Amino acid sequence: MGRVGAIMSSIIEVKGLTKRFGSLEAVHGISFEVEQGEVFGLLGPNGAGKTTTLSMLSTILTITSGTAIVNGFDVAKQPSQVRRSIGIVFQEPSIDDRLTGRENLEMHADLYAVPGSEKGKRIDELLKLVELEDRADSFMRTYSGGMRRRLEIARGLIHHPKVLFLDEPTLGLDPQTREHIWDYIMKLSKRENITMMLTTHYMEEADKLCDRIAIIDYGKIIALDEPKQLKGDLEGDIITVKTEMVEELSRKLKETNLVKDMKKQKGELKLIVKDGDKIVPRVMEIAASSGIHVESISIHEPTLEDVFLHYTGREIRGEGSEEYHGMAQIKRRSIK
Amino acid sequence: MSEARGIYTLWLREVKRYTRERTRLISSFIQPLLWLVIFGSGMQFSSSGFGQLSYQEFIFPGIVAQTLLFTSMFMGISVIWDREFGFLKEILVSPISRASIFIGKMVGATTDAVIQGSFVFVLSFVVGIFVDIQTYLICLPIMILTTFGLVSVGLTIASRMESLESFGVIQTFVNLPLFFLSGALFPLTHVPEWLRWVSIVNPVTYGVDALRIVILKSAWTPLFPWQYDLLAICVFDAAMILIGTRVFGQRK
Repeated sequence: MGRVGAIMSSIIEVKGLTKRFGSLEAVHGISFEVEQGEVFGLLGPNGAGKTTTLSMLSTILTITSGTAIVNGFDVAKQPSQVRRSIGIVFQEPSIDDRLTGRENLEMHADLYAVPGSEKGKRIDELLKLVELEDRADSFMRTYSGGMRRRLEIARGLIHHPKVLFLDEPTLGLDPQTREHIWDYIMKLSKRENITMMLTTHYMEEADKLCDRIAIIDYGKIIALDEPKQLKGDLEGDIITVKTEMVEELSRKLKETNLVKDMKKQKGELKLIVKDGDKIVPRVMEIAASSGIHVESISIHEPTLEDVFLHYTGREIRGEGSEEYHGMAQIKRRSIK
Repeated sequence: MSEARGIYTLWLREVKRYTRERTRLISSFIQPLLWLVIFGSGMQFSSSGFGQLSYQEFIFPGIVAQTLLFTSMFMGISVIWDREFGFLKEILVSPISRASIFIGKMVGATTDAVIQGSFVFVLSFVVGIFVDIQTYLICLPIMILTTFGLVSVGLTIASRMESLESFGVIQTFVNLPLFFLSGALFPLTHVPEWLRWVSIVNPVTYGVDALRIVILKSAWTPLFPWQYDLLAICVFDAAMILIGTRVFGQRK
């Protein structure tokens, strides 16, 4: 079987993709396309179906229904061609601790049949790119979490994949290392002329890295656009009012025409408004005249966090435990 | 060609990992030594009925087989580590076929087990047999063939197991019964009829018998002609490799 469609600008085409585990539907018929050379993000909370989607696209999981084409190959029917076209950086560590960094890369090159003449050069080049050439011959267990990630990114690129999948590339890393990894990813996307698809639940990460973002929740895509556009959709500013009397204040504000949309949370009211700086004094007036005590009030431009809240009515990091989880995984890795 | 290269690199990984584990290498000397010296000499009191053979000489080939059995089962099951620590995913998403992954793992683990089994030969002086190089070289293919099937059993079990916690279960229900009912430690002349039947379907029985034929030479009265032994081992290997490649790494 050859490629599907001769001319195409979309390197990934997903139509009605669904995954069921028993009675649980993890991904509900999602559709999207990823353009060649794009950095595409799947943003959503834990358990939204991001990793499941990525696992189907990378042939790790079978597809329940729907179709997915990667680099012109059907994921369900041509898995080995798909595997040759992609590189993956998994969410959990996936390197061999008892081998050195270079040995891990060499093994990958052998598994993907990278020509012997090119192998050494390519490995050196990538080690340099992720700045690990000095540590190449140390055992992996002496690497820090950030170094492991960098090596995994380098590994995913050895065989010149057309698409690089990154599943939560900075999960469990400290903020400084995270920014470092972001720099590498941005550098790579320019240098290697590669399409990247990443999953994340970090708003900042999606905002910084992605050309386009699909917001995914409960296995469905609820919004898909450029980060700027997504934020622009909210058309206005976000006012956050901290008060004990959320219900009262929201009732009062509803009576006016000031607010486009609002989200109630415990001890906090988020308002989406036009011309925020003019609205703030009015909100204060209303609060004062109704005897509502306001602890603080702030105004900012919409972030992806607000976008997510707007579409789902929830904060993305509801549980807050996954960060610890990620750390534990990396710790467990080094204990072994 | 690319499949062969994949198999080679997986084999290389197993061997590298194995040879880098110093403590394992040391313990691989100690365990058979304990069996031969302590168990072997302690049991001398009861057995005098092996013709010209001492009890230690009698169990020596059995201890070789035991080392192969335990090591290959352990190495096979070690795939669970690979899964637990995510490494298996890296292999499973690579373009090489599941069958090649299985073969690579199997050949690698077999190499480790056979190296470990070969250490036991170094200890042959302890029981006063002094196995010469030639005898060892004849034993080598028997060891390799026996191990292929056993590693495949380990790999197959591992691909169905969720965690290493059930390793003890394997020890209880696979390793020890296969070991005890192989004739490695005692001839199976006094066990009940149904257990003797178990020993006949036990692949290790044939490995032990074949090793005894080669090592103990005319001092040992074979249970089966050596050709039968080898045939039984090969049938077992073929069946287990077939099952293993089917079961291994099935996608959800």
